[in-house]
Amino acid sequence: MLQSRTARRRWLAAIGLVSVSALALSACAQSDRGTDSSGSGKVGGTFTFGAAGAPKLFDPFYATDGETFRVARQMFNGLTTFKPGTAEPAPELAESWSPSSDGLTWTFKLRQNVKFHDGTPFNAEAVCANFDRWYNQKGAGTSDAVSQYYVDNFGGFADGAKPSLYKSCSAKDANTAEVVLTSSTSKFPDILGLPSFSMQSPTALKQYDADNVQAQGDSFTFPAYATDHPTGTGPFKFGSYDKANNTIELVRNDDYWGEKTKLDKLVFRIIPDETARKQALKSGDIDGYDFPAAADWEGLKKDGFNVQIRPAFNVMYFGINQAGNPKLQDLKVRQALAYAINREQLVKSQLPEGAKVADEFIPETVGGYAKDVTKYEYNVDKAKSLLAEAGASDLTLKFYWPSEVTRPYMPSPKDIFGAISGDLEKAGIKVEAITKPWNGGYLTDVDQHVPDVFLLGWTGDTGSADNWIGTFFGNPENRFSTGKSPWGATLAADLKKADSTPDRDARLKVYEGINKQIMSEYLPAIPISHSPPALVVKSDVKGIVPSPLTDEKFGPVSKG
Amino acid sequence: MAIGSAKKERIDSLAESTADDSGVSLAASAWKRLRRSPVFLFGSFIIVAFVIIAIISPWIAPHDPSARDLADQVIKARNEIPKPQPGYPLGGDLQGRDFLSRLLVGAQQTLLVGVFATLIGLVGGLALGTLAGAFGGWVDSLVMRFVDVMLSIPQLLLAFGIGALFAKPNLFTVILAVSIVQIPVFARLLRGSMLAQRESDHVLAATSLGVKHGAIVFRHMLPNSLGPVIVQSTLVLATSIIDAAALSFLGLGNPDDRIPEWGQMLGGAQTVIDTHPQLAFWPAGCIIAIALGFTLVGESLRDALDPKNRR
Amino acid sequence: MLRYTVRRLIQLLGVVLVLSLLVFAWLRALPGGPASALLGDRGTDESRAALNKQLGLDQPIFIQYFKFLGRALTGDFGNSTGVQPGDSVVDIFVQRFPATIELSVFAIILAVIVGIPLGYVAAKRRGTWFDNLSVGGSLIGVAVPVFFLAFVLKEVLASKLGLPSVGRQDAIGATRVTGFFVLDGILTQEWDAAWNALKHLFLPAIALATIPFAVVFRITRAAVLDVMDEDYVRTAEAKGLTAQVVRSRHVLRNAMLPVVTTIGLQIGALLAGAVLTEKVFAFSGVGEALALGFERRDYPVLQMLIMVAAVVYVVVNLLVDLSYALIDPRIRTR
Repeated sequence: MLQSRTARRRWLAAIGLVSVSALALSACAQSDRGTDSSGSGKVGGTFTFGAAGAPKLFDPFYATDGETFRVARQMFNGLTTFKPGTAEPAPELAESWSPSSDGLTWTFKLRQNVKFHDGTPFNAEAVCANFDRWYNQKGAGTSDAVSQYYVDNFGGFADGAKPSLYKSCSAKDANTAEVVLTSSTSKFPDILGLPSFSMQSPTALKQYDADNVQAQGDSFTFPAYATDHPTGTGPFKFGSYDKANNTIELVRNDDYWGEKTKLDKLVFRIIPDETARKQALKSGDIDGYDFPAAADWEGLKKDGFNVQIRPAFNVMYFGINQAGNPKLQDLKVRQALAYAINREQLVKSQLPEGAKVADEFIPETVGGYAKDVTKYEYNVDKAKSLLAEAGASDLTLKFYWPSEVTRPYMPSPKDIFGAISGDLEKAGIKVEAITKPWNGGYLTDVDQHVPDVFLLGWTGDTGSADNWIGTFFGNPENRFSTGKSPWGATLAADLKKADSTPDRDARLKVYEGINKQIMSEYLPAIPISHSPPALVVKSDVKGIVPSPLTDEKFGPVSKG
Repeated sequence: MAIGSAKKERIDSLAESTADDSGVSLAASAWKRLRRSPVFLFGSFIIVAFVIIAIISPWIAPHDPSARDLADQVIKARNEIPKPQPGYPLGGDLQGRDFLSRLLVGAQQTLLVGVFATLIGLVGGLALGTLAGAFGGWVDSLVMRFVDVMLSIPQLLLAFGIGALFAKPNLFTVILAVSIVQIPVFARLLRGSMLAQRESDHVLAATSLGVKHGAIVFRHMLPNSLGPVIVQSTLVLATSIIDAAALSFLGLGNPDDRIPEWGQMLGGAQTVIDTHPQLAFWPAGCIIAIALGFTLVGESLRDALDPKNRR
Repeated sequence: MLRYTVRRLIQLLGVVLVLSLLVFAWLRALPGGPASALLGDRGTDESRAALNKQLGLDQPIFIQYFKFLGRALTGDFGNSTGVQPGDSVVDIFVQRFPATIELSVFAIILAVIVGIPLGYVAAKRRGTWFDNLSVGGSLIGVAVPVFFLAFVLKEVLASKLGLPSVGRQDAIGATRVTGFFVLDGILTQEWDAAWNALKHLFLPAIALATIPFAVVFRITRAAVLDVMDEDYVRTAEAKGLTAQVVRSRHVLRNAMLPVVTTIGLQIGALLAGAVLTEKVFAFSGVGEALALGFERRDYPVLQMLIMVAAVVYVVVNLLVDLSYALIDPRIRTR
């Protein structure tokens, strides 16, 4: 009994101690805050940005996720970049470039007096070291899942398993690099501005064993370079990644070759929950965050925040799988679907400010956009009569939509599905709704041609039409099963030819023609909308230029 | 003794309140006390009210709950949804559907989730518990080992896990997820209650009279276990409705919201809770009310059946 | 006692093995999975098939399982594909577990501080409006979905009280020692950091505390009612001991045993509640990792954390049972 009584006293004493120390702590905090009056001002300070997820790693070459790219953009430079606010290539580490007339040999004049964060000089040799690193990936490094952007844009590796776009790189002199390609492509040199193809320090790459990627269990493990020692030439250097507190810290690079940043620190705080990000901004925990929900824009503006809307550089489409319901191989049926969907209302009610009905699969800003394509105005009667003509009045469609995902082009799949399926039912089409989690069966089912119709979209990497319609229809064995129709192979061949046309003007003419054909004769899917994503910052944050490619650089940012 | 004996004691203590020989008189006396209990009456009133709404909702709902009547008034870009207006007293939801109709019809789906989840849990538990309690011996240990493994995972967490494992989530998978986790509880409850009776006078008497084993189980032991089972079922009705809402909140619920259900309405409103709080508060209020109704009734039933209170 | 403990531990191992096989098999049977998560919407059918081959995901399930077990023996439980892509799930657990413990402990403290006195007073005034009101209140607490309460706290209280509602700590460059942020702040004497972390704990802990609170309150009330009926309390009162002495020496102390064990049993409910609360408050603990794992279908993370939750739960239950046996000799002989 005695023992337990003392135990209880101790317990009470402990509570007392905690409350006393809490008081003491609060006093401390008060006094600390009193002395610390600096912080905001034109120069210096910390810019804290809310990220939606943890970056996979810090070596952008192996990255596939926007979270990694956002951080990488601040630490690295590419040979080229994009003109702020556009998708047009602009000089960065290369001051200028010129292709040969066959489009195969590219000569880059490099910026001088540039150093990597570890002091390694940037020169033609460093450029070639990077190209050679990409090309010479081995083992797990050649996996689509690891080097996705390389595989998508350059094709194969040195092992020769698949043809590669890259042939060789040589240093003509310290500041001139010559890159030779195996075929002419419209993607070049735009893709060199993608974060994946940033220039990284050859010394650091070697020192920290950057290419040592291993397939392990269900996934891949990455070397120390990618997790702790990313080394580029950008305005910020890697600081630390505090995983327990979900924060990434970058610090100012005082030896930056361009205009040095005014910020002392750039902090990325990972806040996965959408409403929590909004709350954090309102309470002042963060200075801005990416992709505020469209419904919040108005409220955030009213609260005095600066909602910066990016030019729409994406497309959402209503996918049609011709290998599904056989009726879908009939153009009339596909056109009927296009007439049945009230895209005007969908865009107006469900999509953010500035969203537009998509008349074709590329937005206006992409070269090759055709002004006069066949348009499909909302018309239920026309849809019904087309269906009747095709003998498909009793059409039933397996309509797939993804659950629990938001994409910049598709803010709320559930509501969009609700709108479209309502429209289809009005036209007398029966809808069998099937929903699956994005990574839990939806994407695999779409690629395995299970649905009849589905919702999907694309955010462009570059302003070349090949990155869009080439990706969608460049192979007749695609999500839409265009190979089921005689024109599927023709379209694929036409797209390939267009991509390798070296002359820009001639190329754009060809793409315009293809776009017209797609919308009138083929209609392999129905483009729905282009919707602009946004980012939001406090009103005192200056220097961010919203980019269609989400390619915002935080170097020029200042607070107050 | 195996895993979590203390947790199991909680279930077992409920099992002990099994009706003994005085079955009829106990029920009568319990009922007598319940009739005067304000807690019980209040809880029953809530339940009856919601059940009536659920049954007649298709006739009293002013509009089709899945028709996007007011779709024109939804403007996401300005965060506008249909305001209350003539014919639509609560306005519309994020897709322009009549919110009042959705709430009313939602009662149906929500109660269905509760009832079916409880039934599945009960039937599953009944099968396992009867097996174990009626035969004893190695059957008993085998079944109870299995039950213990299931009890070894936190209940709601197990429901999340099961919910996440379905490739095609829908209302039925939600019901399955919240009901499967109840099976071991019911199984243990029934087994405990039957064990308590195996040695009791009326069972011994029946055995000595030569009544067949199966007949004893189904005619004497099962009916006498009803009390604790009813108590537990009432409580499970409440938990399963709340659990289903939690599944929706985590994105493991039924994604197709054309037919409304409160948990799903609440889960779907989480992103607009600060700007359109009514979309969350109405379904949340309904869930709280119905869950409270079931809990009140369950707790007062438990009190009424508790042998300690019979003095 | 020792034999009993050993037997229980062996049982635990069995449970874990069976559970791991079940979870593993079920996860592999699903479409999508790691390949889909790694490749995202840029993947194609061929690239997914190639990746499955490379990672050995096309092999028969039992071969995969034994490989998994083999790796697990070396401490490799796989890498996250969605929560913290690429990180080992063991690391994720180690980083995040202290957060959840910190939150749960704080929630239990809150529940005890409020629940025990309230339960005691309610029992003493059995049948009064105070009793009825607090019993009713505790039942409402049970009926409110935890995540909804969390939202309400975040929207209503956070701005009014000036409390932070997101994350565990502001980015103030605090030193990390144990991973328990409040403790770290105290150990390193970075008082500002400790206070900052404590403030971040407050709202999520209130939301989470409603789960143990209702139980603590009801058990306290019931236990006090029970004890008050016991002969020794009546004797003590008859002896003319003051109410104060009777309360502290007899009633409360004897009523505490069921309360203490009940708190131990709340661990499971707290873990599940933490999934909901941590998601709302973006509190980077195990619960948030689970919530994100469900949302992003991160199977390695789910597999690891569900298993760990089961083990923690079972171990806590074991401890509770053992302490029971230590305190109450009658149980040992059973």
